[in-house]
Amino acid sequence: MNDTVAQARRWYVQRLSAMVLALCVVIHLAVMIYAVRGGLSGSEILSRTHGSWTFGIFYAVFVVACALHVPPGLNNIAVEWLHWRPARALFIARLFGVLILVTGLRAVWAVVVAP
Amino acid sequence: MNAPTSTTPPTPSTTASPTAPVDPAATLQVSVWRGDAVGQFSRYEVPRQASQTVLDVVTHIQRHLEPSLSYRFACRVGMCGSCAMTVNGIARWTCRTHVANVAGADGRLEIAPLANLPVIKDLAADMSGFFDKWASAKGVFRGTRTRHDDFAKVEPASPERAAANAGIECIGCAVCYASCDVVAWRPAFLGPAALNRAWTLVNDVRDTAQEERLRAVAGDAGCHSCHTQGSCTERCPKHIAPTAGIAGLKRLAGRAALRGTL
Amino acid sequence: MTPAVDARAHAHPAWWAFVLHRVSGLLLALFLPLHFWVLGQALNGAEAFDSWIALADQLLFRLSEWVLVLLLSLHMMGGVRLLLIEFAAWSGPRKNWIAAALGVSVATGMAFALALVS
Repeated sequence: MNDTVAQARRWYVQRLSAMVLALCVVIHLAVMIYAVRGGLSGSEILSRTHGSWTFGIFYAVFVVACALHVPPGLNNIAVEWLHWRPARALFIARLFGVLILVTGLRAVWAVVVAP
Repeated sequence: MNAPTSTTPPTPSTTASPTAPVDPAATLQVSVWRGDAVGQFSRYEVPRQASQTVLDVVTHIQRHLEPSLSYRFACRVGMCGSCAMTVNGIARWTCRTHVANVAGADGRLEIAPLANLPVIKDLAADMSGFFDKWASAKGVFRGTRTRHDDFAKVEPASPERAAANAGIECIGCAVCYASCDVVAWRPAFLGPAALNRAWTLVNDVRDTAQEERLRAVAGDAGCHSCHTQGSCTERCPKHIAPTAGIAGLKRLAGRAALRGTL
Repeated sequence: MTPAVDARAHAHPAWWAFVLHRVSGLLLALFLPLHFWVLGQALNGAEAFDSWIALADQLLFRLSEWVLVLLLSLHMMGGVRLLLIEFAAWSGPRKNWIAAALGVSVATGMAFALALVS
């Protein structure tokens, strides 16, 4: 029965993060379409993002939402299409979630904080 | 098929009929599954007739061409669901499927047993697993009132009753179950029919087994593995939408999991 | 072994919406760590970052960026359709949302392409 509750919670977390992401993605796409006009350079990106609290908080939230949203989906694909055992699929999916969290927050740090 | 808005089965005149003239000399090239899990398609030539249904075709084959062909039917008028088979890859009631709507100009038909169910022989599938899942989903009414109690008062216009009514006409034909890829991918998945029945009971204000039922239909073997492919809703001959009920179960189970009552 | 669901049974819009949503999600998921890693290169200073971003000028890079924008739009719009089906009142498989997902994604793809080449 514990399993069922955990599975229901995973569904709920994925849907909740989806709602957050819907907002983030609309904003991100708009920003990207605006930003890539006339080409894109590293210093251009950094000049916009460096030291910006808005950027930092927005993209940190974005990264966390991704890290919560992606694993349930990958878990389903692994079980249903690759026929992995549920335990193995969950473990790899969660590992991927950690990968997204770590690399994502590192990237946010890189473009907002690092000199 | 025309979509009836009432909950009674459609009368023959409202079901789509072929409008093209039928050449009495025309024959159908029919491939029929013979065997069980292991087998092959056998070919038969069946004379084409006006207003012919796929069930007519199967019956003709068994009576005149292949006496050993096994298949199921009962009412032959679209009320019992016994004649459900896979016609040209799609699960249908064969008594309600006009040949003209599926055979096309080349007159080819492919008839196989329902998918996602073990094959007993030829076109007859083993339905026991389908009904076992119905029971696992707590698809049975549980009440506490006796004949000595007053009638339960159920408001017919209430949202709960409307939700229950939308799914109550299911006759357990397994067309939805045979159309669902999640059933194919996850052997433990309860499937659209069982979940739809659970939904009608979840919305039954007289039922007293709600907590137990919600626990039975939640999780990866239950509603949370539905990916809204919608094949069940697309194929249901009674025009029930299990997708809707399953979405409702997801909401209730999610809420219960949050509150710790699941 | 039970007979599998035949491919011909998949010929309806909601099924294709599912496949599109799952495949776009998978590709996006696989792309994300790469995307974050490139951005993380900025930690090595603006010059190193620039040399990576210079890659961005290459056609193949721009093309793959455009594909990702398309995938993101498709996945998001398809996702909003699912959220509506799961949380809002039932009104059918919301095929209008499938159409909207394709339409908005085409429009977004065009807008991004224009921005890329301008």
